[in-house]
Amino acid sequence: MSVPRRLGLRAVALGYLFVILLAPLAMVFYRTFQDGLAPVWQTLSDPDTIHAFEVTLIATAIAVPLNTVFGVLCGLAIVRRRFRGKGLLNAFIDLPLAVSPVVIGLCLYLLYAPRGGWFGSWLSEHGFQVLFALPAIVLATIFVSVPFVAREVIPTLRELGNEQEQAAATLGAARWQRFWRITLPSIRWAVVYGVVLTTARCLGEYGAVAVVSGRIEGSTETATTRVEDLTLTFDTTGAYAVSLVLATIAVLVLVAMTVIRPREENA
Amino acid sequence: MSIEVRKVTKRFGSFTALDDVSLEIPDGSLTAVLGPSGSGKSTLLRIVAGLERPDAGEVLLSGEDATRLAPQRRNVGFVFQHYAAFKHMTVRDNVAFALTIRKRPKEEIRERVDELLELVQLAAFADRYPSRLSGGQRQRMALARALAAKPRVLLLDEPFGALDARVRAELRDWLRRLHEEVHVTTVFVTHDQEEAMEVADRVAVFDHGRLEQVGAPAELYDSPASEFVLRFVGDAVHLGPRLVRPHEIVLRRWPSDGAVEVEIERIAVLGADARIDLAEGGGERLTARVRREELEDLELACGEIVWASASARDAEADQALR
Repeated sequence: MSVPRRLGLRAVALGYLFVILLAPLAMVFYRTFQDGLAPVWQTLSDPDTIHAFEVTLIATAIAVPLNTVFGVLCGLAIVRRRFRGKGLLNAFIDLPLAVSPVVIGLCLYLLYAPRGGWFGSWLSEHGFQVLFALPAIVLATIFVSVPFVAREVIPTLRELGNEQEQAAATLGAARWQRFWRITLPSIRWAVVYGVVLTTARCLGEYGAVAVVSGRIEGSTETATTRVEDLTLTFDTTGAYAVSLVLATIAVLVLVAMTVIRPREENA
Repeated sequence: MSIEVRKVTKRFGSFTALDDVSLEIPDGSLTAVLGPSGSGKSTLLRIVAGLERPDAGEVLLSGEDATRLAPQRRNVGFVFQHYAAFKHMTVRDNVAFALTIRKRPKEEIRERVDELLELVQLAAFADRYPSRLSGGQRQRMALARALAAKPRVLLLDEPFGALDARVRAELRDWLRRLHEEVHVTTVFVTHDQEEAMEVADRVAVFDHGRLEQVGAPAELYDSPASEFVLRFVGDAVHLGPRLVRPHEIVLRRWPSDGAVEVEIERIAVLGADARIDLAEGGGERLTARVRREELEDLELACGEIVWASASARDAEADQALR
């Protein structure tokens, strides 16, 4: 490729990244600190904001381990086993990517509505409230972050094959020993990568949570819904500050991924 | 430990990999399972190791029924064609695996692994990862790993198939010597008849999921039980209607009973032997191998017409085949 063309291509790629990704981030950063540190601190130390972050972290802390275990098991089942409905399972894992989070939220809403919901009626009769409470937020977060670990693990398992596990079997390793000593270490970077993506998705979830959480300040608000509420109450600096924290976490996740990647290649 | 396979059948979908196969492998022997690809030889080995379950028949190890036994309970060493190295472990940890699983004392593991690494000449590579070893080194590591827990049987599935010719020859010699030292009952699968004949003291020939013949290498060569064995073990050429070994062709300057008239197309001297390319009247070509002295006695030259017949011993064997 000629030099001017190569430089041109580079300019287009960087320009695109700047306009789409960097400019908005820079804008958030600028706006947050426009009036100095005091208003930022005021927002971030507000109990309702702290609570919103807590809710987000709790939902993430529940969804990530569950979806990691589910993703690894699903990957193993899809790659290694033959069973009826395998194609269906494979397709359903991608459902949360294909369906808009708002639609997912609506589905959960209909399912858990205290009156008329399939599960909701029964649960409310027995004194459980799912909708407009933490359980609904957790469910929505789990739902939207299902695919990531499985999608990372499946191609790695395919590439790995099962010869190493067969070798381990002939060397005396029982099934669980093969899993812990051979399979899991072999796919560990795919799992870590999947966990990073899942975490990022959980922290950033808005659509489904917005529908099912009820967005009660200091109770069922998450970090992302908090951003919107602050915007609606004209506390723009506060909205920017919360956004900045979320963006910072996202950047840290990105850094974590770039740190992981080269190690994966050396392994 | 002896291995006995009794009337084993294995199908994959509509494909029959093994069809009612019975084979006994005596204790301490070095047996080659030889056959073209798709002949069922690897499937047989995997059934003995417990990596596949037969659809019918039994596998006996030391006279005990092991047909339903999980691979980890059989105490067999298995070596794969593509090494199956544990990529996330060092050479030392790979070799130690079977002992680590058995929770042997650390000191004992270290000693045994050192001894094995010495045996396979990989002591200097103990702390490397398999990705930094050559193919031959990886396969030696796999052998050491398979031997670590002192298996009752060593099974090798095309162990040298992925290696280049020189390394293959080295490892063959090495396997032969190893067997003399360790004396563990060894079965290896190969599609290379030369490898089978050179290394093994017994060879079992498979074709289309059936056991064609089992015996000492010389036995298979001298008295093949079927046309397939004759063709597959050593070279075979058509002389008129018959199938013979190239070195069994006798050339004469005069016709005799059953001799075929041929024209000499090319003579190539290869050390003590010579290879002579011949053409029959109908245009079919064949190759004969004769001793140099014979060639010189007959004063053969390209373009001459001679009569070719098979030596008498082979004529009898040929009758036996019919």
